[in-house]
Amino acid sequence: MARILAVSSGGGHWQQLKLLDAAMEDAEVVYACSADVGEPTVLRVPDCNLRTPRRLVLGLLAAWRLVRSVRPDVVVSTGAAPGALALIVAKLLGCRTVWIDSIANAECMSLSGRLTRCFADLWMTQWETVSERSGAVYVGAVL
Amino acid sequence: MIFVTVGTQLPFPRLIGHMIEWAKTHEERVVLQTGDASKPLGCEAYRSLSSEQFSTFIERARVVVSHAGIGSIIAAKSVDRPIILVPRHARLGEHRNDHQLATAAAFEGQTGLRVAWEVSEISSLLDQTIEPPVSERNPRYDRLVHRIKSFVAA
Repeated sequence: MARILAVSSGGGHWQQLKLLDAAMEDAEVVYACSADVGEPTVLRVPDCNLRTPRRLVLGLLAAWRLVRSVRPDVVVSTGAAPGALALIVAKLLGCRTVWIDSIANAECMSLSGRLTRCFADLWMTQWETVSERSGAVYVGAVL
Repeated sequence: MIFVTVGTQLPFPRLIGHMIEWAKTHEERVVLQTGDASKPLGCEAYRSLSSEQFSTFIERARVVVSHAGIGSIIAAKSVDRPIILVPRHARLGEHRNDHQLATAAAFEGQTGLRVAWEVSEISSLLDQTIEPPVSERNPRYDRLVHRIKSFVAA
């Protein structure tokens, strides 16, 4: 059975990740989130964004520790920056990786999404028009 | 009851201020999740809510009035509540960029969802009866789930 690390930020990113439960039902899933989601089994990662370099470095170290401790086969993320960092580290450590850009990005790929382009084995958007512009894979959306 | 929510990241005084004014001239209970420490008179307001409290207010609401955040759209849809989206504007300092305008435009026209491009449009939308969202199986969702599942299994 494949072992998946599913990681995202809080709010809408987290809700989209949870809506994708059905896609991961055949695997063993470890969840991580950068916000408190009120579920004790969900691991915490520090919140960060791409505009605050110091927190970004801390986030990268935390992502490294997270991936090393969970040892997943596959990393799945719906964004944002903390998920992107985990995905990049995971790819460098030999995991397979899936990026699903948030459905909030209806016009172009998010900044975090663009960062993961070279590291995601399956690099997806949830909008057809964004797919045409960015080259990301579009097959569907959570809504 | 009207539940107004601005998400966890940033306050949205333009929306909250408008809903406080609306509440002054209407009988209906208004619950506000404001994202800041303000304690408006005559309104039930919370800076932030636990996910349980958030779900409870969404479930009890006649209509949800929200910034154009995906979390609110998903939460309202999961319990068949109509939602009015009010997109944040970057030029007014309400967000880092204008992706909420794009989100609102992309979702406008879906069943159970309305967009108030200006706060002045909220009042007439609240006077209408908005149909609940459709909760039927969505082929877009099935395709996305299938694609990820095949990738994981490969």
